[in-house]
Amino acid sequence: MSLPVKHVLGILADNLEYRRSVIPMSAARATAWARGLDIPFGGETVLYTGQMYQIIPSINSLSAMMAKVENSWINRFMGLGRLANRIIDLSWFMTLGVGKQQKEYNGILRNIALILKSAGVEFGYLYSQDLYSGALVFDEGIDDVFRKQARRVYDIFKTNGVKQVITVDPHTTSILKDVYPSVVEGFDLTVKSYLEVLAEKNIPCRRRLDMDLVIHDSCVYTRYLDVVDQPRKLLQSACATIHLPELSGRLTHCCGGPLESLFPARSHEITVKRVEQLAECGRSAVTMCPICLACLKREAGDKIDVKDISEYLYDCYCQPGK
Amino acid sequence: MLKTNPAFAASVKTASNFNAAACINCGSCTALCPLGVDLHPRTLFRYVLIGAEEKLLENTSVIYSCLLCRMCEDNCPADVPIAENIRSLRSYINRTRFGLMKG
Repeated sequence: MSLPVKHVLGILADNLEYRRSVIPMSAARATAWARGLDIPFGGETVLYTGQMYQIIPSINSLSAMMAKVENSWINRFMGLGRLANRIIDLSWFMTLGVGKQQKEYNGILRNIALILKSAGVEFGYLYSQDLYSGALVFDEGIDDVFRKQARRVYDIFKTNGVKQVITVDPHTTSILKDVYPSVVEGFDLTVKSYLEVLAEKNIPCRRRLDMDLVIHDSCVYTRYLDVVDQPRKLLQSACATIHLPELSGRLTHCCGGPLESLFPARSHEITVKRVEQLAECGRSAVTMCPICLACLKREAGDKIDVKDISEYLYDCYCQPGK
Repeated sequence: MLKTNPAFAASVKTASNFNAAACINCGSCTALCPLGVDLHPRTLFRYVLIGAEEKLLENTSVIYSCLLCRMCEDNCPADVPIAENIRSLRSYINRTRFGLMKG
């Protein structure tokens, strides 16, 4: 038995249409990462999170629940769940007990902001107006709901006088860079991932990493956006020794994440396979996508230590030398 | 018996960017897919091109299980936009079967 695709997609689409995110969250929670960083509101250049890192703890709870429901009689009632979700935001329950994880994922965003500051990049943040981009709904082909969200997000950028957008994850980057121009008339923003921005800056390393790292490339960064060399350059400049699995770069193997919400068991199989491939090359793996990070971390166990690239970059480009 | 509906292919194409005319049926896409043999993009595309709507819909779960990772697309000798085609099929099903879109 598999999850009823129609109802699961219906819940995600309803959430985006009526609550502005597939996994809705309060503005306080979505912006908590920026507390105390003194990032100005708005400006011509903004750091746009698209709420991707912030929603991962809820996605982890959701995935665990979906995996339990996938082969259970309960999934016959998913249609009723969709109706209930229109009245009560069921995704709120996914936020219960995720405080520790939230702190960890917020830390990634803080790292990214601090590295950019350290590199001399001037940027603002739209705080409560930094909305989800609609990436998942686009991938699932729910086009009219996606178009509305794209228009909403773009209008916020324009109202606030934004000209350049710095993104933090591959999915949001691809949606803004490649998809928005085809659905939003007159789209004229410059979009770059923070990894591209940092690689162009040639910032000096303050503290050598001196460690072996296995790179797990993101499918979207490599095959959609051609971002392959930038993370390697940043890590190698910090004296990390890079190890690559056979399937890497433009031939990278998927983490399984895109199937989490509809086919958890298949997603799990793919993730396990990828963890094995990475573990053959070393003990410390580095990711650059929140979905990859969440999936691989969940299955890594004691086989391999998985961290977001920003953790390493913060250590070597922001911390004082030893 | 395989039923065909000549209007089906046109309906998929006009509502999206679906384009599989260049597919040479070589099978490179399937060989590279991280999902293994379950997903045959070329078979799905063939169903659309010949108007076999019922056969396509029998494979609804296959269509939604594509990772959109573009491993197949990056290695397609005919440059078929495989991921976008799969996304277009989802869009078609969402619109015509799931009632998820108004258009």
